[in-house]
Amino acid sequence: MIGFLKRLWWIIRRPSAYFSLGFLTMGGFVMGIIFWGGFNTALEVTNTEAFCTSCHEMRDNVFEELKPTIHYSNRSGVRASCPDCHVPHNWTNKIARKMQASKEVWGKIFGTINTREKFLEHRLELAQHEWARLEANDSLECRNCHSDESMDITRQSKRAADAHERFLFTGEKTCINCHKGIAHQLPDMAEAEAQDHARLLPPAEGEGLLASTRSYLGMSGH
Amino acid sequence: MKHLRLAILAVPLFIATAAAAQNQVATLRNNAPLAEEGEATQIPGIVNTDIRQVRNYPDQPPLIPHKTDNYQVDLNSNKCLTCHSRTAVEVSQAPMISVTHFMNREGQTLGAVSPRRYFCNQCHVVQTNARPLVENEFVDIDRVIDYVNAQQSGAD
Repeated sequence: MIGFLKRLWWIIRRPSAYFSLGFLTMGGFVMGIIFWGGFNTALEVTNTEAFCTSCHEMRDNVFEELKPTIHYSNRSGVRASCPDCHVPHNWTNKIARKMQASKEVWGKIFGTINTREKFLEHRLELAQHEWARLEANDSLECRNCHSDESMDITRQSKRAADAHERFLFTGEKTCINCHKGIAHQLPDMAEAEAQDHARLLPPAEGEGLLASTRSYLGMSGH
Repeated sequence: MKHLRLAILAVPLFIATAAAAQNQVATLRNNAPLAEEGEATQIPGIVNTDIRQVRNYPDQPPLIPHKTDNYQVDLNSNKCLTCHSRTAVEVSQAPMISVTHFMNREGQTLGAVSPRRYFCNQCHVVQTNARPLVENEFVDIDRVIDYVNAQQSGAD
């Protein structure tokens, strides 16, 4: 093994005896374009609605739920497809997200959510991943289209204008805090809330109100 | 025999009146012949003013003065309660669901929303700006009381 690596290193280091510098430079340039272009093309192919819905896990569950929502079909005819919300547009962030998504390939191979029942079982966890991601990046994918600078709240209903003025413009909350479940059905929110409350409660020591609250919420131990 | 003859005479008359009635009564089909497809009317817009409407009687479920398109109300989640629940009104400044929603059928107040009151749009509905198909002759109870009082004072 070491011998092979040494030999390889020797080949790379050795000056070319047959090819001209111009050929090697131009060849490197052309191959660079082909590889880079090919890589980006392949990347973009995985960034389409057609690619996402080519798996039944996505097509039969989340894509079906997207269809009646305003992000799929609306008066102005603009559609936010899967990657618009689930993949960052910025290149470095996109590559980071694509590397994370390799876990989804693992899930596909081992059929983690290959039935409706399994999907529903995992729905809360899957949703929480997305909420956490959008909370961490200040709802970056929402803001690719919806910016608060171009948002004219006088064109909104009073209720929406008030809420945006109070929470969005002050930076107190980010889009996902209020707009959960706009593109897909929500998981069991009582369960999600109970988990949030569990994090707020300090670890229970012995008997007392906390312990009884915990047992009421169905949380034994930590 | 006499009755039968009368009945036979009445049949064309009945058909004629029915036909006349058919031309006068406004239907949802807008008088389009059965064999043809009627022109679709515009879908009325939903009133989204956020202004609370008057109740026609004290225990009328309040009308929803905003859009509720795609609101998810099921076992997992209740979109309405994200603003109208007891704990959410401080943030949302929306009216809290009344205490009757916490009562079970025995009138006992529970700690959370009673399951029989969970599905909001069983009672609460949005309003559209559609023109009513028939005139509404509803009279408010206050006007009825005023009328009755006026009648009584007139009789005295």
